[in-house]
Amino acid sequence: MSQPPLPDPAAAVYASNPPRELPTRRGTELAMLGFAAFIVTCAFVLVQANQEQELSWSIVWYGLAYLGLFAIAHAAVRRWAAYADPLILPSVALLNGLGLVMIYRIDLAMAERATKASRDFTAAAPKQVLFTALALALFLAVLIMVRDHRTLSRYGYTAGLIGMVALALPALLPSSLSEVNGAKVWLKLPGLSIQPAEFSKILLMIFFASFLVAKRDLFMIAGRKVLGVELPRARDLGPLLIAAAVCLLVLVFEKDLGTSLLIFGIVLVMLYVATERAIWVVTGLAFFVVGCLIAYQLFTHVEQRVANWIDPLATYSNQGGGYQIAQGLFGLGTGGVGGTGLGAGRPDIVPEANTDFITAGLGEELGFIGLAAILMIYLLLATRGMRSALAVRDTFGKLLGCGLSFAIVMQVFVIVGGVTKLIPMTGITTPFLSYGGSSLLANYILVALLLRISDAARRPAQRARPKQPPQQAPLAEANTVMVNRPPAGGNQAGEPTA
Amino acid sequence: MNKPMRRVGIAMITMVVLLLANITYIQVVKADQYRTDSRNQRVLLDQYSRQRGSIVSQFDGQVLADVTETDDKLRFLRRYANGPMYAPVTGYYSVRYGSGGLERAEDDILNGEDPRLLVRRLSDMITGRDPRGGNVQLTINPAVQSALYNSMTSKGYTGAAVAMNPKTGEILAMVSTPSYDPNALASHDGDDQQQAWSRFSDDPKNPMLNRAISETYPPGSTFKLLIAAAELENGATADTPVSNAPNVKLPGTNVTLENYGGEVCPGTTFKDALAHSCNVPFATFAGQLGADKLRQTAANFGLGAPLSIPMNVVPSSLGDLDSQAALYQSGIGQRDVRLTPLQDLMLSATIANGGMAMKPQLIKKLLAPDLSDLQSFSPQELTGTPALSPQNAAVLRDMMLASEANTKGGGKRGNIQIASKTGTAEHGTDPKATPPHAWYTAFAPAADPQIAVAVIVESGGNRGLEATGGTVAAEIGRAAINAQLGGG
Repeated sequence: MSQPPLPDPAAAVYASNPPRELPTRRGTELAMLGFAAFIVTCAFVLVQANQEQELSWSIVWYGLAYLGLFAIAHAAVRRWAAYADPLILPSVALLNGLGLVMIYRIDLAMAERATKASRDFTAAAPKQVLFTALALALFLAVLIMVRDHRTLSRYGYTAGLIGMVALALPALLPSSLSEVNGAKVWLKLPGLSIQPAEFSKILLMIFFASFLVAKRDLFMIAGRKVLGVELPRARDLGPLLIAAAVCLLVLVFEKDLGTSLLIFGIVLVMLYVATERAIWVVTGLAFFVVGCLIAYQLFTHVEQRVANWIDPLATYSNQGGGYQIAQGLFGLGTGGVGGTGLGAGRPDIVPEANTDFITAGLGEELGFIGLAAILMIYLLLATRGMRSALAVRDTFGKLLGCGLSFAIVMQVFVIVGGVTKLIPMTGITTPFLSYGGSSLLANYILVALLLRISDAARRPAQRARPKQPPQQAPLAEANTVMVNRPPAGGNQAGEPTA
Repeated sequence: MNKPMRRVGIAMITMVVLLLANITYIQVVKADQYRTDSRNQRVLLDQYSRQRGSIVSQFDGQVLADVTETDDKLRFLRRYANGPMYAPVTGYYSVRYGSGGLERAEDDILNGEDPRLLVRRLSDMITGRDPRGGNVQLTINPAVQSALYNSMTSKGYTGAAVAMNPKTGEILAMVSTPSYDPNALASHDGDDQQQAWSRFSDDPKNPMLNRAISETYPPGSTFKLLIAAAELENGATADTPVSNAPNVKLPGTNVTLENYGGEVCPGTTFKDALAHSCNVPFATFAGQLGADKLRQTAANFGLGAPLSIPMNVVPSSLGDLDSQAALYQSGIGQRDVRLTPLQDLMLSATIANGGMAMKPQLIKKLLAPDLSDLQSFSPQELTGTPALSPQNAAVLRDMMLASEANTKGGGKRGNIQIASKTGTAEHGTDPKATPPHAWYTAFAPAADPQIAVAVIVESGGNRGLEATGGTVAAEIGRAAINAQLGGG
């Protein structure tokens, strides 16, 4: 900080001239989107070829829908977030496309089974396309309405309240309105069901970010020293603790361990980043361990999950046992390094192949190589988000961007870790890949916010374009106007002095 | 704030690296273990979508099991011609329940994974042809099989019947009733399979049990052939005098052992005793011969040795033979003596073959998918030690001819000379009130045996307590002989 500025001629030029116009990189984004579309199209063709179907018109319809949707998304980014990171949208497009291919592929298998058992079958892929369209509409809405992410910080408490209510709603509502397949995490409205927790997660991040930014200094300064560690005052920490506790309690009652793990992790990380104190992580983890032990003692389903995690093959045939995880592992093992090829495996054997276990299906058909590539895309997406958060100038943006980026990796870690037996299985969705409206909608909102933050990070602080002198109407047509008094010390155009 | 954010960035990378390490472990290190886990249906499904080889008869190339192409995911549906009739031979092949019988025993050939098919598999891979399984040619004669199956089922008998060529050991027929239809288990519809499986396995008559090789029964008087062989080898002749008393006291007990019906034996020679199946002389013989000699003779008939045809045959056994009383009772095929119908068949077949037991075999040839030979099976001696000399075998054959002459039951043809022995075996906890098992074992033509047959009808068939080997089982055995020898 105290380094004297080097007498760099370039710096001198930079200082004396208006900043260079940063490239927007929209061309890169378009090229990468084209690349993603190419991969997805190949994947589609492979699925159809391997399923020994003639290439059907569905490929064209799905392809056009995919291209159309992401063309609109790209145009929207061009228009409303011109400086946004060029890799975020293509990463999402690729993940979303691969998810669609897999859902379509599982549809084919399921349709065949249904025909054999002469059951009715509703394909999931067309719905997923519809969800993608809706999600992109929401994505557009966020890009247009949130012109500056900093405005969100003003609604921190509102967001927190709505987020918590939405999170708690399924627990409070009767099962008939909130339960689907035994999971009481839904809000069943006429015509559609949504998982409010998916949206709560974003609202809560906004709340935490704005709260922590507001209280940041208090946390760091106005604390007492306990055991050589500075702790903030309870009244500063109160709302945060209450919010976190409410979230966790609600989730425990809803038995939604995955979301609770996710939110817990995000809160911990945001707290750590805001206060820059590792002690928060340590304390948080200690609480987490205690919480886990209590949950293990109290809830049989937690105990079951742990048993299934330790050895899913041993609990294979138990009620609520490791059957699903074992089938997922069998699929992954059969896929091996190179995979069976898209459309040539049997991912449909695994229950919930197109939602929680979609990565098992991808791992079976694309193999270790494909699954690793998908994980790397997630990492790319999250690190680009993190980079934007590092570069953005305001603390709220930093904190929110960091939370959003971490949320992506955390979701992937929780679900892929669960499927691959790294951690106990908790059902959450795989962002952009798995079938489901709420997840897709929420994650597109997340991405829209990330793009907004990255746009703010890369947008030049000043309009780079040299200002045109104010257009003078031809003298003959000029109206007589009142001549304003020039502002004190300012120039005529009202431009800020550099 | 950037410093902790960078650390969070590193944490994110670490999390993904952890996931990568874990999937490496699963998809690279442990992949084989997961892939080959018996509960992983994928490998099985893969196999099931390959064109499985056929099971054919050596006679007329009649096809017992083959596949038909379907348009579903499993591509090839296993079909069994005359499913229930051949089920004890072919076994079943089911996506959900695996395979049984020959389908299991020769699975490697049929699904094409046998090393001998490797070269062809490689060339298939290169030429892009779908890999196919090899074929199995059986020794079964469909005429004999259907004669036995139809006579067993037309009367609703529970039991088993086996026939073989005594000179080669080739099994000509193997029937077990009631039977099941393996087509139902081969269905590509999971629900159909499940229903069929529970229907078969819940049936108290146990249709999926192959009674010919997987069940043992007391052989009753058919066991007298073994005692007679041992006695002849011990120096007796057809004219050796024997007691015609109606009963004999079991040594060391107060219990008496009676002739059938408590009658006085109609003759006083060894030959008469076998011809009329008198119990007293054979019980006495067994007592005189002693456990060791009996075991030796039994072993030479192949009794007790492990055998696979290539399905595993349950070993037959003499029991403990731990007292004179036990020897006496064993001498008439009761007490702990238990034989599979196949082993019972081998008693008469060995006599038919001049005293040398031949290894029973069901497979004539293994064929590659293009029907070229992979392996042919030639006749093999079972133990290498004759159970009795050719001279004694001829003596015993003549005694069996006399026995056949005394045996009632239908199906007799004047032009075919049959040598036979019947049996009526008591069983159950209350033997006198339980309908006996009816046995018949025979070979023909006596001068140049072409076929040996053994039949058991469980619990008296349709005759109840009155059932005897002659009245119930003989007719079925003769049907097989007539079918083989062209007697119709």
